[in-house]
Amino acid sequence: MNPQIRRLFFVLVALFVSLVAISTYWLWDAPNLAAKRGNPTLIVQQLTIDRGLIYASDGKTVFARNREVTRKNQGRPWFLRVYPQQGLVAHPVGYSTVERARTGIEESMNDYLTGSNANLDTVLDNALDKLRGLTQQGNDIVTTIDAEAQRVAMDALGGRCGAAVALEPDTGRVLVLASQPSYDPNLVERNFDRILRTRAPCPSASPLLNRASAGRFIPGSTFKVVTAAAALDSGRVQPTTTFNDPGYCIEYGQRVFNYSDQSGPNVFGTVTFAQALQNSINSVFCEVGKRIGADLVLEYAQRFGFYEEPPIELPSDEITPSGLYKNGRLYLPKDPNEVDPGRLAFGQERLLTTPLQMALVVAGVGNGGRVMEPTLVDRIVAPDGKVIQRTSPDEWKEAVSPQTAAELTAMMTAVVESGTGTAAQIPGVSVAGKTGTAETGRPGQNDIWFIGFAPADDPQVAVAVALSNQASTGGTTAAPIAKQIMEALLERNP
Amino acid sequence: MTYRNRELLHLFLVGLLTATGFAAVYIAQQDVVSTASLSYAAFFIALFVVAHLVLRLALPRADPYLLPLCGLLTAVGLTMIYRIDPDKALRQGLWVVIGLAAFAALVLFLRDHRTLDGVKYILGLSAIVLLVLPALPGLGRTINGASLWVDVGPIVFQPGEFAKILLVIFLAGYLRDNREMLSMGAGRYGFPSPKYFGPLLIVWGGAMLVLFQTNDLGSGLLYFSIFLAMIWVATARWPYVAVGAVLFTAGAYALYHVVPHVQDRVSIWLDPWQAPFGEGYQLVQSIYAIAGGGLFGQGLGRGVLITPEGNPYIPFLETDFIFAGIAQELGLAGVAGVVLLYVVFLYRGFRIAMMAADGFSKLLAVGLTAALAIQAFIIIGGVTRLIPLTGITLPFVSYGGSSIVANFVLIALLLIVSNHVNRAAS
Repeated sequence: MNPQIRRLFFVLVALFVSLVAISTYWLWDAPNLAAKRGNPTLIVQQLTIDRGLIYASDGKTVFARNREVTRKNQGRPWFLRVYPQQGLVAHPVGYSTVERARTGIEESMNDYLTGSNANLDTVLDNALDKLRGLTQQGNDIVTTIDAEAQRVAMDALGGRCGAAVALEPDTGRVLVLASQPSYDPNLVERNFDRILRTRAPCPSASPLLNRASAGRFIPGSTFKVVTAAAALDSGRVQPTTTFNDPGYCIEYGQRVFNYSDQSGPNVFGTVTFAQALQNSINSVFCEVGKRIGADLVLEYAQRFGFYEEPPIELPSDEITPSGLYKNGRLYLPKDPNEVDPGRLAFGQERLLTTPLQMALVVAGVGNGGRVMEPTLVDRIVAPDGKVIQRTSPDEWKEAVSPQTAAELTAMMTAVVESGTGTAAQIPGVSVAGKTGTAETGRPGQNDIWFIGFAPADDPQVAVAVALSNQASTGGTTAAPIAKQIMEALLERNP
Repeated sequence: MTYRNRELLHLFLVGLLTATGFAAVYIAQQDVVSTASLSYAAFFIALFVVAHLVLRLALPRADPYLLPLCGLLTAVGLTMIYRIDPDKALRQGLWVVIGLAAFAALVLFLRDHRTLDGVKYILGLSAIVLLVLPALPGLGRTINGASLWVDVGPIVFQPGEFAKILLVIFLAGYLRDNREMLSMGAGRYGFPSPKYFGPLLIVWGGAMLVLFQTNDLGSGLLYFSIFLAMIWVATARWPYVAVGAVLFTAGAYALYHVVPHVQDRVSIWLDPWQAPFGEGYQLVQSIYAIAGGGLFGQGLGRGVLITPEGNPYIPFLETDFIFAGIAQELGLAGVAGVVLLYVVFLYRGFRIAMMAADGFSKLLAVGLTAALAIQAFIIIGGVTRLIPLTGITLPFVSYGGSSIVANFVLIALLLIVSNHVNRAAS
């Protein structure tokens, strides 16, 4: 029987070797496995790092800090996140948890927050910490968000589904990035169900959705700013060019009537282009659109940043590009005849835009035609207090000429002075803006807007406010919210 | 050096390793475990020294490596369990005491294993009774889809662990008696006459019974593999193995179609990432733990095994999945080390069989050794996704009373055979 025993031995040894082989295979596959959602290894390793704090623009108000916990069987203490401002900045700051990974700045700036970035200083610090057996410390992040203005925006939006974005036109600094309904990031780890049960007056409350950067709204009349920019900048239309408004526009042989959110009578008769923007007359923009063509309008939309994810410090899946959408996908027609130029010109067609994109449009107009890269991060500070990186303003797009920007500013100032946007007036400050009320086809479910900047002659703040599922118009509901936000920001930074 | 002095020396080394392991866990988790950890290690070694003294007294010529081997495996398991849940480690320690008591009792009172040959039919019958126990209403208990447990008042135990040993004793006796008859037939590579397949069919039927009754591929596969290994060693007739393998596959295939629990297991094995948070969760987490361990592991007590809520990431971590925990904290080096311990065990066990003069001793040693090794392979293979996952324990390492006690009994029998063999040789 001994030969059989010897052979059986080798068979069983071969089986045991195969066990070591497959374990080695998993080791070899580890980088691929580490990237899979639900793999606790990487997340937990990062939990042992004393993560950097996240501050408001004042460098004092804390958006995210750590709670050191030592629980059963952990070995090292863990640093769990606490968000003292609860829902205030849940969307831009995001969360960092064990159970559900990370979002917002917590995800996009994770390398800096965990101190695993490759700056020479940080690498040296980490090496020393490791040698001394100390806990790895992350870098702090000071954001550009103005906590007070953010609170004003969140309160003003409260109880509705919508978002507001405020930018500094000449730097691209994001001062407000507000989205409602919001959620308390402290609940993500253990009480996620409570977040899922959030109710809101729109079909899908989706409190986790950052409506400011990823919410798609029909731009409606606010898109007329882009159409006007195309018409003026191409030299095809002047602010003084006159049009006749019959109260409707003929498209493919059918009458498309003006919408009720325009101010003044239903039929204006002969008006200038500037007056058409001031009173948001659809028929005139419809004519302009047909005159300059859908391709030119879309070209200018792209010059403002449409069809791209704005380069802001948020994870890519929390940013949505703006543009025409077809079957839920971004769609840039190769043949301009596929698009209805008239409806495109006044922001209907199949256009969907984010509040962030529309804020970038008005900020570009306010900044002499140059769109700056939006940024949420002011500076990154090492544990020893040394600033290791400070964000400097960068130009993103050159949308229109300074002259076109000045003409648009004048036209938009008239909108707030005596047009559809009077509710955005701020005493002693000239405000430039544009309202929007986009029909979704169902009554009481309009997407409503206000976009604008102030002061018109020296813009300090550009703002976009969008709300969905509203029965009212942009001029009555969105403009006052924009006004509050601009006031709050101008008061603090006169 | 005499056998027993060599054994004592190796036990001393095991003691050093155990103390180091417990100290490592203590240093990594001072907030959880206490300074008592070192006295645990001391107590653990004291137990094995007692077992050693019993061997010195009763079986002076028994193999000197088996006791240190199972001591080291037990220590690795106990350290991991201690790291996962100190309370469970205490209970496991209690089971080690009971296991070693059974070990000592067997060594002291069963001086000659050949007396078992006389009662082999009673033992074979007892094995079947034990296997059927979990199926009895009011007694059986189903955990995680498999009916392997018996619930009698305060204790829940797995009779299959003991049936395994009784089955090996019966097969050793039966095959020794009938190996001439079974080996007959046309030529060495010829096919035995169909009438000789009778016993094979009976055992196959029994394995199928176990399969369908427990709904667990693991135990069925284990018993049948032991049988095939033993019949092949006894007869050197490969057709038995081939036909047996085909029959078992057919039975498993039938089970696959009848029992949804088995279908789940197989489809998860083929693609665990089809439901990484559902059915595939255990296996996926196990793979993450193995991959995350790297070459040398995260270190004892420092691996990612427990969630912030204090539960293991992998359900059944201290029982079925303890190997994944070892991989996470001790790395590929630790994995290879544990596997190597089973290989050395295999070598020592088979060495006893090869040196044995009589067929019964040979087959008994082969059967007992193969049973333990195959069981280790099936569960490690399941945890590493080499084969479909089945719920059996990793011998000496997993948390579980039945498993610990049964495996100490198994080692005691091997040592008795070894003592007999070595005494005859000298």
